[in-house]
Amino acid sequence: MTTSNDNGLLADHTALAAGLPGAGAGWIDALRADGAKRFAGLGLPTRKVEEWKYTDLSALARSRFAPCCGAAPAHAKPEIPAPLVKDGPQAVFVNGRFDPELSSLGGAPEGITALPLAEAIAQMPKLLESYMGRVAELGRKSLVALNTAWLADGFVLHLAKDVRLTRPLELVFWGDSGSDGERSAWHPRHLIVLDPGASATLLERHIGRTGGHFANSVTEIAAATGASLRHYRLQDEPGDAVHIATTEVALSAGASYESFVLSKGAVLARNQIAVTLQGEGASASVNGAYMGRGSQITDTTTLIDHAAPGCTSSQTYKGVLDDRSRGVFQGRIVVRKDAQKSDGHQSNKAILLSDRAEIDAKPELEIYADDVKCSHGATAGELDDNALFYLRARGIPEHEARGLLIDAFIDGAIGTITHETVRDAFRDHAEAWRQEGGT
Amino acid sequence: MSILSIKNLHAEVDGKEILKGIDLEIGAGEIHAIMGPNGSGKSTLSYTLAGREGYTVTKGEVVYQGKNLLEMLPEERAQAGVFLAFQYPVEIPGVPTVTFLKQAMNSVRKARGEKQLDAFEFKKLMDARLKELNIVNDMVRRALNTGFSGGEKKRMEVLQMALLEPTLAILDETDSGLDIDALKTVADGVNALRAADRSMLVITHYQRLLDYIVPDHVHVLFEGRIVRSGDKSLALELEEKGYTDITGAAA
Repeated sequence: MTTSNDNGLLADHTALAAGLPGAGAGWIDALRADGAKRFAGLGLPTRKVEEWKYTDLSALARSRFAPCCGAAPAHAKPEIPAPLVKDGPQAVFVNGRFDPELSSLGGAPEGITALPLAEAIAQMPKLLESYMGRVAELGRKSLVALNTAWLADGFVLHLAKDVRLTRPLELVFWGDSGSDGERSAWHPRHLIVLDPGASATLLERHIGRTGGHFANSVTEIAAATGASLRHYRLQDEPGDAVHIATTEVALSAGASYESFVLSKGAVLARNQIAVTLQGEGASASVNGAYMGRGSQITDTTTLIDHAAPGCTSSQTYKGVLDDRSRGVFQGRIVVRKDAQKSDGHQSNKAILLSDRAEIDAKPELEIYADDVKCSHGATAGELDDNALFYLRARGIPEHEARGLLIDAFIDGAIGTITHETVRDAFRDHAEAWRQEGGT
Repeated sequence: MSILSIKNLHAEVDGKEILKGIDLEIGAGEIHAIMGPNGSGKSTLSYTLAGREGYTVTKGEVVYQGKNLLEMLPEERAQAGVFLAFQYPVEIPGVPTVTFLKQAMNSVRKARGEKQLDAFEFKKLMDARLKELNIVNDMVRRALNTGFSGGEKKRMEVLQMALLEPTLAILDETDSGLDIDALKTVADGVNALRAADRSMLVITHYQRLLDYIVPDHVHVLFEGRIVRSGDKSLALELEEKGYTDITGAAA
């Protein structure tokens, strides 16, 4: 089950960890040491691990990595986009490191703590100690273990009771580090804690230039009673990057989580999202769109755990795959014995634009309660010939007609985004992807 | 002057010959009706003229305004002024009707060397056409044909025809699935678009549509060939005697 660890991902851990922020504090030393120990035992997952059957990390495992963790300065001046909402708060990470110069967080209003992880370790260790590694239980998850071994940089957001963060908080990740001989890896670690009744919108953009970096992020989210988080991610990494993002969400009674991932970059991308509906009446809306061309692999793996009664979950994913690209969708819904009146739905639809494109879909329902409404559906197909001919018969050239149909298809997922500005921006990004392909 | 000239047209679908030698001349401003029983090749003829994939011409020629129509892509035919009103207009969820109409209109205008319309200009034009055709509803604000009733779909076809101003309109079983009121509304729309420089090919199974859209010529299609031609009285004769008599006599 393991691959060798001589690729440098864990090199000099003991020595390097001693220099990381917060080293010396018992809890953080223990957390990192535990992560290192587990990763040393597990290695990167191979395809023999059931959850990784369709996504092969062997090329990554064979790479050689520079000593952790992406401290390399940018080769080129990072091109950081303006905040989506004018003058909105923006935290910028360059090659895995928080960059205070490029960031513009402004003064956080009362009740809001928004800090890079290294500062949070110093300023609010109690909050961190009580949440970190608890939401994201290390278990057998080797990538979370690897991330935990090196946890040093990332972002912490804490909202006090009933506080609302109206403008989206943006996290921008710019990467361009690495070379042919040695790749860079970084392991951002984020913690979002919403006290009862608080609400926020978080936007992540993953961008950069080629360099073959490996970004392995972990985000832990805890929403207390009645709190709500909207979490939008644009994954537009350079074409040779590997992007693995693990998100663990715990929702208390009446809390809600809305997620959208637009995945269009990286040579290999995997978004794994696990949501536990822990309190009665919690709701999760977990959606996304993925696009691939060339030999890209884009993997979406979700787990929605209905652990309390009366919770709802919905998942809407749409994928467009061209050339030899491959999509993976593994969606699991678990309804536990006591979670009566659960309502869980999941849909994954993919369009294959080429004969050589492929989608591997594995929906799973595991239901232990008897009074539930659950459904899942997965389809894969080509663009509708009837629709294409109808549009062309009205004078619309074929490539434009295909474009209209692709946009309409993707819009079925993007339409779930409740934040209007983000929705419009993501729609533009999806269209830009299509136009880059000449369609 | 001939707008459309079809000579000895043979076409097959899935390797099966459906059209077995069609000859037809349509002059400027003329309205021709093609009537025929199910399976006679009516829809195959309309799709072949519109350039649908899978409808393979094996013999014969089709000249439209002096050009070889069969060499043109479906969109080129539309841009050149050939319009097919579909028997079953396609529902396309997610494509807003207005977006589609504007894109179709500008594609056709571009090919004709005319100026592109901006959103404002287009809306003005569309509103004028909606008014002329008495279409007062929210159809254009919905996704294209999605959830439209049979009558709404056919009216949407007429609206598109009004906007694209074709030289040759092919109406494929426009009456199918319509009750008599909807039929009248659609026929009124079509009649409003009759013009000296616009020819029409009306394809129908039933005579009743021709009470409202009165043709100059009527042809009977049977087993892939035109077996009789005449004026509008032929349609009435068909109504009276049924297809068996007519086709039996021809066979």
